[in-house]
Amino acid sequence: MNIAAAVDDEVRHEARPSASEAGPATKRIVVGYGFWVFLLSDIVMFSAIFAAYAVLTHSTAGGPGGVQLFNQRSVAIETGCLLASSYTCGLMSLAIGSRRYAVTYLAALITFVLGAAFLVLEVREFAGMIAIGPGRNAARSSLPSLRLSAATDLHVTAGLVWLAVMMAQVAIKGFRETVERRLLCFSLFWHALDIVWVWLFTVVYLMGVLS
Amino acid sequence: MTDTHYDRAPGDASALPDVEQGTSSGLLVYTIGLVLAVVLTAMSFWVANTSLLWAGGVSLGLTVLAIAQMGIHLVFFLHVTTGPDNTNNVMALAFGVLIVALVVVGSLLIMADLNDNMMPAAELMNLQMQH
Repeated sequence: MNIAAAVDDEVRHEARPSASEAGPATKRIVVGYGFWVFLLSDIVMFSAIFAAYAVLTHSTAGGPGGVQLFNQRSVAIETGCLLASSYTCGLMSLAIGSRRYAVTYLAALITFVLGAAFLVLEVREFAGMIAIGPGRNAARSSLPSLRLSAATDLHVTAGLVWLAVMMAQVAIKGFRETVERRLLCFSLFWHALDIVWVWLFTVVYLMGVLS
Repeated sequence: MTDTHYDRAPGDASALPDVEQGTSSGLLVYTIGLVLAVVLTAMSFWVANTSLLWAGGVSLGLTVLAIAQMGIHLVFFLHVTTGPDNTNNVMALAFGVLIVALVVVGSLLIMADLNDNMMPAAELMNLQMQH
């Protein structure tokens, strides 16, 4: 049994030599990993805002609560937009992998339009919130959820600008290694944003309506 | 020397030889992810609005659905797996999840505890009247 284990170990070592034998990892792996760590720290920041929301959500000081403020239909459409844009972003990374310009541009365009639709709906919702409950109480009651949504909206806006810049770089520079690494980071960012939104719409919009 | 010696970049599909490569299988992975995510989203909207379920269990159900959907996104969109070429990504993710849980659960526990120890408003009024 010992021998079998030793042989098994040897085979595995042959297949995957340790990092110290193989030398430094490629730049794509290092950049992707670094951006992954950044995204995780971004999610930690979201969790702090989220904790503030969860603590303050019931102290509305007599102002309108979640039931009055949230419109579930628009939340459902926003969720659909972001989910579909995450999917087209995935298709874009596939097209980049196989070096197809037309598909890349098309997928990026759809991703951009869906992200912009999400933003428009969010802004309309904010305008509606402000219209429903003027005054100090309303501002206080909707502030925690507003702050959470605003953080997401800022991220989506940054993502849209980033996507536009990346498409310009693809058009001018082509699929260079640097451009590809940036596109990898963008798709990580966009998918992570969708994960944050899943959390947010469940807790703020769906559970907020429950109580 | 091939790239299989290293952990792969997050977001990249596996480069291990036993995993099918190519655009069509990649498309399939994203599409499966999309379908599962749509089903889970539709379910959570249904759970939040239905009166068929016991009201006390709804928020727990929503939490489970949300965590499941985040898992779907991680696996099918971000390609985070348990494969040997993904250890660093998973370890970083685990640390992130730990910090998030500490921040959220910690704040909620502390604030709930402080709330319990607060004197009710009516009693506070009484105290002020006596003086």
